[in-house]
Amino acid sequence: MSSDVTSIERRQFDTLIIGAGGGGLRASLQLAEADLSVAVVSKVFPTRSHTVAAQGGMNAALANVSPDNWHWHMFDTVKGSDYLGDQDAIEYMCRAAPKAVYELEHFGVPFSRLDNGKIYQRAFGGQSQNFGGDQASRTCAAADRTGHAILHSLYQQNIRAKTHFFDEYFAVDLIKDDEGHVLGAVIFNIQNGQIMVIEAKTTLLATGGAGQLFKTTTNALINTGDGMGMAMRAGIPLQDMEFFQFHPTGIAGRGMLITEGARGEGGYLVNGDGERLMERYAPKAKDLASRDVVSRAIAVEVREGRGCGPNKDHVLLKLDHLGEAVIQKRLPGIRQTCITFLGIDPAETPIPVFPTAHYTMGGIPTNRFGQVVVPVKDTPEEPVAGLYAAGECACVSVHGGNRLGGNSLLDILVFGRAAANHIIDYLKENKYHRSANEESVNEIVAKIKRYDQPPSSSDTASETVANLRKELKQTMEDHCSVFRNKEILKEGVDKVEQLAERMKNVRIDDQSFTFNTAKVEAFELENLMACALAAIHSAYAREESRGAHSRTDFTERDDKSWMRHSLYSFENGLDYKPVRTKPLSVESFPPKPRVY
Amino acid sequence: MNREVSGDQSVNYRWQCRRGMLELDLLLNNFVDKGAKNLNTEQKQVFEMLLSYPDQTLLDLLLGNSVSSDAAIASLVQQIQKTSFD
Repeated sequence: MSSDVTSIERRQFDTLIIGAGGGGLRASLQLAEADLSVAVVSKVFPTRSHTVAAQGGMNAALANVSPDNWHWHMFDTVKGSDYLGDQDAIEYMCRAAPKAVYELEHFGVPFSRLDNGKIYQRAFGGQSQNFGGDQASRTCAAADRTGHAILHSLYQQNIRAKTHFFDEYFAVDLIKDDEGHVLGAVIFNIQNGQIMVIEAKTTLLATGGAGQLFKTTTNALINTGDGMGMAMRAGIPLQDMEFFQFHPTGIAGRGMLITEGARGEGGYLVNGDGERLMERYAPKAKDLASRDVVSRAIAVEVREGRGCGPNKDHVLLKLDHLGEAVIQKRLPGIRQTCITFLGIDPAETPIPVFPTAHYTMGGIPTNRFGQVVVPVKDTPEEPVAGLYAAGECACVSVHGGNRLGGNSLLDILVFGRAAANHIIDYLKENKYHRSANEESVNEIVAKIKRYDQPPSSSDTASETVANLRKELKQTMEDHCSVFRNKEILKEGVDKVEQLAERMKNVRIDDQSFTFNTAKVEAFELENLMACALAAIHSAYAREESRGAHSRTDFTERDDKSWMRHSLYSFENGLDYKPVRTKPLSVESFPPKPRVY
Repeated sequence: MNREVSGDQSVNYRWQCRRGMLELDLLLNNFVDKGAKNLNTEQKQVFEMLLSYPDQTLLDLLLGNSVSSDAAIASLVQQIQKTSFD
């Protein structure tokens, strides 16, 4: 039931939203309530989006537990970003945070409560009172399932507001007109392969992060940087992709987090020689040193041949000395995770661990209205007409070089809403659909249909998706993870370039139209490849250590040369633009050493 | 309800096992690779029902934080857990 180009179904909406996590659903709700026609395209059922995995909570200076205000929150976020965050966007987000929480409460999110009935707020790392003073308690949570509660509430609100959902459809590429206006996307139905063109006056990308770039990651399989790939192929650079947040103790080869609490209870790391390795790297704090220090220590041990296991590719987290009773009482979740996934009981056997990729700080460059912005001549941030992005796929940039816990849910909700509000205004001035460049539509359709043909028997150069993906993830782990220097990164640049070249020869064996997951995975790999190119090139070029980007050959932050955003595009390679250091209404926070 | 779904209701486990949490991806896909092919018709229906659960409910069941009162679901959960580190 292949479709030919002339018979392809076309649907028109005011706004197309690609991605149905918290950012996409917050935006769609705002738009649907403004009586606009909104299509939400999601490759999985909306409540299976990765927002569901966010456990920690959402920051807002409500001052319910400790004295607090948005300006302190702003300071912490700027400092946490290692001064790469844009201060206008950060001010906007921190000021908007309390309202965002109250809105969610009204949508039905069951926030945990204090005895006095107010919303409970927990303390998280990096939160302070009075610009770096005492610990603040700023994170609002719905027990340990905040993301789940938010996602389900937003989905139900969208059903009520009559948002139009295209569940299990995959968006392949954006369509534009000859003047560069973005006018929707070509999508296909994963269930039956049917191709469809969604024509929209405005398009919002809300596709989440790209954690699947790495072999060891906490991210779900769906996090393949789809919106970022689409943006790159539409000629839009990706911003700050070298900044990727890692957690030091993921289960090796699997990725799931083993919380810091395990080391807090007395657990410690040992290498292949049985040595307690952190005593060398952090003699005082040892295993409780900061995440980046512990992550790099593990990576160094493995690189220098002191890893554990047959491949010497991890270290061990020892908990067995704590005794079964302590582990069962204080770390039951970790114990269950190890039993379920590894078949080992940490009360008896150490846990194999390795740094695990967690969060994409970089992404599609936007301003604080959610508009996608690109450099045009001397203007560093010219909006792309009709195109918006929000959430982890976007780089607005509120996280800069390093995201603070509790700020990611806040980011998706504040900027999902902000983008929707800008779209509402934009549509007042842009009431009519524009005509797409049909040639570009046909090219995308042809790209989808390419996989409908079986590989030719004479085609000796064909590559499989599974092999290329495996090589890419291993390459990124080896060359763009927590241990970075010129030599390692240069080798990584060469390898990723070669992999991207080989991507052109990808063939799939499944030509069916029903749930052809092989085809979906081929497009996902294409998106990951774009993200990988941006990340490795940007990391190789940035000769300093800032936030999550840590170089062993350039160990200091260099504000004079590098307090600027990286931009990487297929067309122009690397480019840079200044950090927006001027907030909206308060004084700038000048860069200072990031000491906690 | 404004939702586009195809008329083809044939269940494809692989795509239904794409979830919002890595833990579920790993457990469910592993089960599809190694254990699902041996399910009889009745067990397949139970698996389809399990896949229709919200992610958080699934996670609680598969990590043993809760136990289903439905014996068939509870039994299948045990099978999935057993195959997870094969």
